[in-house]
Amino acid sequence: MAEIKFEEALKRLEKIVEELEQGDLSLDEALKKYQDGIELSRLCTARLENAKKKIDVLSKNKKGEFELKPFSEDEA
Amino acid sequence: MIEDRHIFSVTEITQGIRLLLSKQYSMVWVEGEISNFRPSSSGHWYFSLKDETSVLSGVIFSRSARDVPFKLEDGLKVVCFGSIDVYPPRGSYQLIIERIEPKGIGSLQLALEQLKIKLEKEGLFAPEHKKEIPYLPANIGVVTSATGAAIKDILKVLDRRFRDVHIIIAAVKVQGDGAKEEIADAIRDFNEYNDTCDPGDRIEVLIVGRGGGSIEDLWAFNEETVARAIYASKIPVISAVGHERDVTISDLVADRRAATPSVAAEIVIPRKEDLGDQVQDLALRMKNAFDGLLADSVQRREDALGRLKLAMEHIWQLNRQSLEATGQKLFRANPALVIPEHIDKIRERARQIALRLQHFIALKESRFSGMVEKMASLNPLNILSRGYSVTFLMPEEKILKNAADARTGSSIRTRLADGQLISTVTEVHSDGGDKV
Repeated sequence: MAEIKFEEALKRLEKIVEELEQGDLSLDEALKKYQDGIELSRLCTARLENAKKKIDVLSKNKKGEFELKPFSEDEA
Repeated sequence: MIEDRHIFSVTEITQGIRLLLSKQYSMVWVEGEISNFRPSSSGHWYFSLKDETSVLSGVIFSRSARDVPFKLEDGLKVVCFGSIDVYPPRGSYQLIIERIEPKGIGSLQLALEQLKIKLEKEGLFAPEHKKEIPYLPANIGVVTSATGAAIKDILKVLDRRFRDVHIIIAAVKVQGDGAKEEIADAIRDFNEYNDTCDPGDRIEVLIVGRGGGSIEDLWAFNEETVARAIYASKIPVISAVGHERDVTISDLVADRRAATPSVAAEIVIPRKEDLGDQVQDLALRMKNAFDGLLADSVQRREDALGRLKLAMEHIWQLNRQSLEATGQKLFRANPALVIPEHIDKIRERARQIALRLQHFIALKESRFSGMVEKMASLNPLNILSRGYSVTFLMPEEKILKNAADARTGSSIRTRLADGQLISTVTEVHSDGGDKV
């Protein structure tokens, strides 16, 4: 779960909330979802705080394949 | 006289006219309305310029036509620059046009309007073709200059806002020769890139744009090739060109228009605080939902217990009733209770038998007494009472029916109605009885 992206974690959290709000889960399932949800919301918060930006430049090599090269902001 | 006259050949006079006209009407500006526009297959444009009363033939040769940004059409008011020339084979003259401009509006502006109408007709701006801009895209493609204001603005927004995104820049020229091709190619490249990369790395949205500038600087974003590349893009495109007042063709074709590159970035990169609020909100909703479920579950358990209790009581009641009913049945089936009943029945039967017997006897008695009466009426003694008598020969006590049975001296007894006589026979007469 550590590698999951913020947006993916948020989507999963939303899904869990919807499932819980629909209310047709067994208590065991609900508890499991609830625990997952707590974990996901913690993860989202951590991601918000520790997010690292990643900026690349798209280019094509001689073979015509795409390559991503880091973008240096000094260029800009 | 006749020798004096000067006779021109047709060519001479045509040459003269040509010289005259070209001297007088070289490098002139002519204003008129285009009519009878006829582009030839060789790229030359033939048409007439007219006003209220006159018509002038005109031509734009292909080498000049190439530089005209807008399309000529009948009814368009134009200002042309060129020279009058005579075409000797036809004896006609026409304006050879070097430059042509729409009247009252810039060429570029007219070209823009014309392209807008054309693309509009083709449906490139149709709202139903617009794709939805994804929420919180992980990978964002940017088509702009690597050194321009646009990328700087976008990266500033990124720093201010949520940074957990991957930005991929396709560096292109945004103005000057080749800009439109580079922009269109970059849009196509991103779409192609998506077909080759891992699904998780796919570009989810494109920002295509540049910082502000003059209308000429922004012109690449008004080009048809760029418009068509945006239209063909499978990746949703946000157009972000210059300042707010400039609406380009790209803006019209794109799935979303942002007034500036910063605004475009703000559309796809949300504020960290908003996201934090959203997470908080979701966590709260989750807790409430869970609490609700928990409360429901407790309630359900209590309900179930209550129902169980009720059911048990009901079952108990039913069993009790059944037990009682059986007990009563059993009680009723007690032989001790049955014996007196039977005794009663026997008694009753005995009584009935006695009754019937009495009745029977009474009946018999009454019959008997009838018979007795009847018998009494048959009693010979009753006959005696009428004066008859019966005589018995003694001692045999034999009823005498024939006198001859008796002898003189025989003792006889005569039974009368009341009493009897004992007599001795003195005479016997065997015929008639008055002889006694």
